[in-house]
Amino acid sequence: MTPDGTTQTAPKGVLVTTTSASTQSAPLRDQPAVVPPATAEGMLPPTPPRPRRLPTPIRPSAFGAQDVAILVGAALSALCLVWIVFYQLTSLSGGLGFLICWYLAFLGLTWFGTAQIIERQVATDRVVAVVVVSAALLVVGIVIFIVGWVTYKAVPTIHWGSLFTKDQKNFEVADPNALAHVGILHAIIGTIEQVLIAVAIGVPFAIATAIYLNEVRGFGSRTVRTVVTAMSGTPSVVAGIFIYSMLILTHVLNYSGFAASLALVVILLPSVTRVVEEVLRVVPSGLREASQALGAPEWRTVWSVVLPTARSGVVTAVLLGIARIVGETAPLLFTAFGSQVKNWNPFLHDQGALPLVIWSDVRQAQPVLIDLAFQAAFVLMALVLILFVLARIFSRAKGKGRAKTRPDEDDFLARVFIPIPIEEREEST
Amino acid sequence: MTTTLPPAAPMDPGHPAAYAGTSTLGDPGQIDAEGVCAWFSGRLVLETVNLTMEKSKVTALIGPSGCGKSTFLRILNRMHEVVPGAQLAGSVRLDGVDIYGPGQRAMETRRHIGMVFQKPNPFPAMTIAENVLAGLKFSRISPASKDDLIEESLSKAGLWNEVKDRLGELGGALSGGQQQRLCIARSLAVKPRVLLMDEPCSALDPTSTLRIEQTIKEIADEVTVVIVTHNMQQAQRVSDYCAFFLAEENQPGRVIEAGRTEMIFGEPTDQRTFDYVNGQFG
Repeated sequence: MTPDGTTQTAPKGVLVTTTSASTQSAPLRDQPAVVPPATAEGMLPPTPPRPRRLPTPIRPSAFGAQDVAILVGAALSALCLVWIVFYQLTSLSGGLGFLICWYLAFLGLTWFGTAQIIERQVATDRVVAVVVVSAALLVVGIVIFIVGWVTYKAVPTIHWGSLFTKDQKNFEVADPNALAHVGILHAIIGTIEQVLIAVAIGVPFAIATAIYLNEVRGFGSRTVRTVVTAMSGTPSVVAGIFIYSMLILTHVLNYSGFAASLALVVILLPSVTRVVEEVLRVVPSGLREASQALGAPEWRTVWSVVLPTARSGVVTAVLLGIARIVGETAPLLFTAFGSQVKNWNPFLHDQGALPLVIWSDVRQAQPVLIDLAFQAAFVLMALVLILFVLARIFSRAKGKGRAKTRPDEDDFLARVFIPIPIEEREEST
Repeated sequence: MTTTLPPAAPMDPGHPAAYAGTSTLGDPGQIDAEGVCAWFSGRLVLETVNLTMEKSKVTALIGPSGCGKSTFLRILNRMHEVVPGAQLAGSVRLDGVDIYGPGQRAMETRRHIGMVFQKPNPFPAMTIAENVLAGLKFSRISPASKDDLIEESLSKAGLWNEVKDRLGELGGALSGGQQQRLCIARSLAVKPRVLLMDEPCSALDPTSTLRIEQTIKEIADEVTVVIVTHNMQQAQRVSDYCAFFLAEENQPGRVIEAGRTEMIFGEPTDQRTFDYVNGQFG
């Protein structure tokens, strides 16, 4: 609820003065302990000044006990009411239906209770707040559920000794201890190689495109921007088909990790371009002017002023781009093709990948393979999580002075994670 | 576009390095603007400005908002053409060499005619020292002694004592006034012959403003200063010459009156100048 967020900020100012008062008075309070010898000689002991007393900070608009009581009361009475109507009077059944009816009754009773006890306007406000908060809780809940479910399915069955050291070639259907003999090393190798190659090819192009769109603003940049936007909406399976039909069917390449990397580049390029362009746009134009006014050529301005200023944002964009492609399955289906055995060479022969292991193994009849698929999903999730944490650290790890020129620094990730407004902004310009 | 070649140019004005070799500090330049007009997207905003900015003097451009002072200033070091849709006519001569003449490159010109902007804009990814040296880095010039140049430039900008122990900190860590003086130091480090200042104090508090004004007076004998300001007192305090710009209703901006500062403020010949400097409009 919003009051929770604000309660922390409001008393802050008061709290600061309290701490500073206590640090001032702390040494003074210690003084008498040292001074007693002087008292013995007949000198007056210095009276320690009283620690400053500050009134207890209050928040007039706090979400009080009464409000909590109304919400709890509404929730409970909605439960009772819906239980009676749902199961006793109408003999309906089903958990989801019950939940939806309970939620609607909860909203209604919240409004009614608040309107009765406080005021009608407050009641509407409260109901909207409840809807917004529950929507947020729902989203967080779904994410936690997905992560929790995969973890719950994967972790108990993980055979740590083999998961990261073996591939699937020794799989025996009859073996009761099969998990000890199989692992996903082949898929980890494949995923890492494919992603690294895709990044090595895609990121320079993406940064160059973003610079063209935002710094050079050259011929056709509007068209390029539209194409990039359209490209980012391309279904990823199309990227796979593209590489398959252009390079594999024509025998330019065989099924290989490299072909998969090229398909991933098609996915990576627009997403990184768009984020980098957004990051470059945040660089104040005054810096470009200052650089030009010092006699810098355009490439110098971009290389020495714009890119360093946006460095952490660019790094974040790249990490998020990696997170985007690391879990792509469709482009790999007919490019890397998947494999049960280790293949270190990304340029030759079929290669495994984590998403492919999940895709193929989870549909098998053997419980061992299904377990393995969940373990691969767990490893993949952990990989993405690590990348997101890295992205966060990089976007926070700014020089202190930089905060002044980029006040919306903290909002950056929020803007990255909510892609729709970025699109709107892009199309409006 | 009328390009008037100077009668006694020191070098062939068509040569890219026409005034490159003679640039040393203590060698301030004189700027003659002749018949300067400016358009934004086809709309005339500045009409036939003839103005001479004397060597080693401070010239203040005053006038109400939107009268083309800043546009004129940006024409003086070819920053006007950076704006999309901007056009111009006329000639601007630095010590007799037309900066818009054939073969003259904008980058080269901007090294000789530096600029300080309204909003302090040190490069946030660079340290204080790197900021000072940025212009040289951009021009691929390595000074004889970087440390000496940093100290010299920061001292001239009146910032050395405040930052000498924290040269490795990022430029953005300074206060607004200090940032602006860092920008002045950065511009002075490339040893320009003219320094253009576009309302350099309008984002600053009175104390910082005073420091900048002192700085302007101190550097004036080494570099010609042209300053745009909205502050009448500031124009009176720092400038030797003054030009009053005005854009009357539905008219492009023009220079109404120009001359010695005492004259403009003391006994202006034009009624509009009198009204403006006495705060009766604008």
